[in-house]
Amino acid sequence: MGTPLVGTAVPRREDPRLLTGQGRFVDDIQVPHMLHAQFVRASVASGRITSLDLSAVREVPGVVAAFTAQDLDLKGITAGLHRPVEEYVPTEMPVLAGDRVRFVGEPLAIVIAENPYAAEDGIEAAKVTYDVFPPVLDEEAALADGAPLVHERAAHNTLLDVSLFATEGIDEIFTGAACTVRVESRTGRQNALPLETRGALAQWDAREEQLVVHTCTQIPHQVRTVMAGCLGLDERAVRVIVPDMGGGFGIKCVVGREEIAVGAAALRLRRPVKWIEDRKDALTASFLAREQHYSLRAAFDADGHILALDADVVCDMGAYSCYPFTVGIEPLMASSEMPGVYRLPAYRVRGRAITTNKAPTAPYRGVSRPQYVMAVERVFERAARELGLDPVEIRRRNVITDFPYRGVNNITYDPGSYRESLDLCEQVLRNEGWYDRQAEAAGQGRHLGIGYSCFSERTGYGTAAFAQRKMKVVPGFDLAEVRMDTTGALTVTTGTVSHGQSHETTMAQIAADELGLDLHKVKLHQGDTDRVAYGWGTFASRSIAIGGSAVRRAARLLGERLRVLAARLLDVPYEDTVLDQGNVRLREGPQRVVSFVELAEVAYLRADLLPVGIEPGLTATASFDTLSDGTFSNATHGVVVELHEGTGQVEILKYVCVEDCGVAINPTVVEGQCRGGIAQGIAGALYEQVTYDAQGDPECTGFMEYKVPTAAEIPDITILHLETPSLITETGAKGAGEGGTIGAPAAVLNAVNDALRPTGIELENTPIRPEQVQLALEQASYAHQGHEQHKEPA
Amino acid sequence: MNSATDQQLVTLTVNGTSREVVLDPRRTLADTLRHELGLTGTHLACEHGICGACTVLVDGRPARSCLMFAVQAEGRQVRTVESLGEGDQLGDLQQSFADHHGLQCGFCTPGFLMLAEGFLAQNPDADREEIREAVSSNLCRCTGYQTIVDAVEHCAAARRTQRTGRLPYEGNAQ
Ligand code: FES
Ligand code: FES
Repeated sequence: MGTPLVGTAVPRREDPRLLTGQGRFVDDIQVPHMLHAQFVRASVASGRITSLDLSAVREVPGVVAAFTAQDLDLKGITAGLHRPVEEYVPTEMPVLAGDRVRFVGEPLAIVIAENPYAAEDGIEAAKVTYDVFPPVLDEEAALADGAPLVHERAAHNTLLDVSLFATEGIDEIFTGAACTVRVESRTGRQNALPLETRGALAQWDAREEQLVVHTCTQIPHQVRTVMAGCLGLDERAVRVIVPDMGGGFGIKCVVGREEIAVGAAALRLRRPVKWIEDRKDALTASFLAREQHYSLRAAFDADGHILALDADVVCDMGAYSCYPFTVGIEPLMASSEMPGVYRLPAYRVRGRAITTNKAPTAPYRGVSRPQYVMAVERVFERAARELGLDPVEIRRRNVITDFPYRGVNNITYDPGSYRESLDLCEQVLRNEGWYDRQAEAAGQGRHLGIGYSCFSERTGYGTAAFAQRKMKVVPGFDLAEVRMDTTGALTVTTGTVSHGQSHETTMAQIAADELGLDLHKVKLHQGDTDRVAYGWGTFASRSIAIGGSAVRRAARLLGERLRVLAARLLDVPYEDTVLDQGNVRLREGPQRVVSFVELAEVAYLRADLLPVGIEPGLTATASFDTLSDGTFSNATHGVVVELHEGTGQVEILKYVCVEDCGVAINPTVVEGQCRGGIAQGIAGALYEQVTYDAQGDPECTGFMEYKVPTAAEIPDITILHLETPSLITETGAKGAGEGGTIGAPAAVLNAVNDALRPTGIELENTPIRPEQVQLALEQASYAHQGHEQHKEPA
Repeated sequence: MNSATDQQLVTLTVNGTSREVVLDPRRTLADTLRHELGLTGTHLACEHGICGACTVLVDGRPARSCLMFAVQAEGRQVRTVESLGEGDQLGDLQQSFADHHGLQCGFCTPGFLMLAEGFLAQNPDADREEIREAVSSNLCRCTGYQTIVDAVEHCAAARRTQRTGRLPYEGNAQ
């Protein structure tokens, strides 16, 4: 057998085309007679449209058509949960708003022109008047008595209100506890910000009787389902194709109203219509994420063991539910997974999704876990302080070490390296002398802090896990097909879609290993709804865990077919055959060998030679799903920061991530995912926040206002791997896409607070503002004037 | 008002070849390269000069092609990502990006390549910190930048070796 490819850092097969400018992203596709679309968008946060006049738009040179909601008359997009009305209120997101507007940027009309410049001229000529209502812009205003309602049916602007867990007797535990702590933690609204904005090109193919839509989505099959529903077409009359995609990070795993409108316009005009979102729209009118508030109370015994956690989670989901996940995605995720890596005996949680007059939210890399991990990690930091324990030691005493572990949240955690990753991470920082440097710096009046975060993340959600959320459409399985052609080359088709995660390489590694093929003999086909019956796309770090398992199964089935065929042709028992580097040979002695090419020739070109009962062709399809709770990747992040007096700048001096995603199919790819994720986590901790003014006008309309960190802000990161293989996936791999983003905010915040320890001030919210840090340091130097400060070495 | 009447004939020299295009004077260089000349390697991610995805070389220096009108490029040498390497053979900088996993989705990549190409031409002896500083003028959302800095640094070192016959890293602080 050849050397296995899985586990090897083989070069990425995506690279050559992307490096030579031959990548093909949506906006790179040009077709004859193509038109260009832009959207007239609402300029008020809340109101009723009193008139929408497009007559001047239609006069603009180059404008071909302009449609309002009334003109297109499409069904809206509604995402549902099977929960009683007291718990969940569905919201319909119209493709174009026809009456009520609920956030600045909501699309009201689609303008179609001969070129993008004319389309932009066109939208400027639209005349819209409104009855303006007072907007609801934050959690407090939304929940206040008598607050204006964003959706009439949602009392208190609450779209979801559930209490998933409430351990009996939990109040008594608090009363009797040696130590109780409280944490109030808020995280800013963020933009996932794939560098490629959203976009779609739709055209009617009369011959296929199909609307063909190229779009950058993480969920092509769901876009197809919704598009067909909104347009009143059979589902087979829509084909969604995803070309190269310039990032997604979650916000492209929901169905956007704009892509539906583009499809509708193309259908009407019977001409290709392309829409490419500009950056302003991407920052203000696309899907946002992350704005949450955690109120936590926790009880500990005198030795620092956590006894109980009482949590209230409020998520500001903006104006509408996203399809298919709904506004439930964030509060339900936080509620069910909050205990995280810790042994928690008693748990009570309330999770709410509230609606406000801001752009709607969608899942973003990590989904609630960056936030709940930050809040829970603050709980342990605070308890450590109260009890005089070392922050690492208190974690060590509480992390789950016996697997499988059944949590208070009714989830079974599969084996991980929670304790080992923590120990290793601390060891690295100690061995590199960071604790000594911290003590030294304190002597010089500098402010160094060391912070950690420990977490696990559920990946490989199967149908069962999503069904527990009570979603009306339930994600979970995936499908794969493998097809060998007459030359012995293999095409693998998957329902998942890569947008930077190198699936073309990693999926091929899996299939090639299973069949004993050379990597160059395997090609991945993805992101085309006509190529595989259904798929759930790429999100929740599921592609390799679920999609990769389906690929492996399909490849295995094909391998069996090849062996059956070879056994019959060689007239030997099936059991005596093995796959070996593009051949089937006898298990004992290599003397009788038949190559895949020979087998493929028989299967396709010489069917006359096919043994009786063996079908022509060499294809196999398989699905993968899991009935378990999923599989848990884990990591510990350790950070050293220095706070600068005068500017309040937080400089990251060292970042260590010890991660365990089970079997790493391609370690380079895993590291890339970690690094990129950590960069986004640091961005959330220190830099990025979407803000609105008092009228609900977005204040971040470009990269001048929305501060995305650059190479100057993101440090080099040390990544160490542990490997606890998953027991439920076919490859032993767990998900690797989101972990970096989950661990970073908590670790950075803890490090900042460690540096602030002498000041007595603790920060709980992100993004951490330089002003806050500066103020804390100023107060401290004032309070300690003339006193030399010494930090306790940990 | 009618844009059709304002069209101009512009001659551009792109990747060493002279090309004539008829265009609206407000057409940016980026749009012209992409849509008139079919050089879609140059990407747009902000169209306001911040992200650097649209970086090309104009007379050898990195420039934001979203901030230039095509007419402003007349008489100047424009180079795009399509000029790096030969045919399907990757150039050394491109190969270095592949070797160091300096790209994931690849959307920012042409901009970084052209930025680095222009930067290294002017600063062949740049050290890691200078490279990081230069690279910080473009945005990448996927990689966390470290591997991009690695890629540029290694390419610079390899070029120095070729030029001087010295081993990579010789004379560099470790
Ligand atoms: S597209 Fe030109 S700088 Fe962003
Ligand atoms: S590789 Fe995706 S934006 Fe840089």
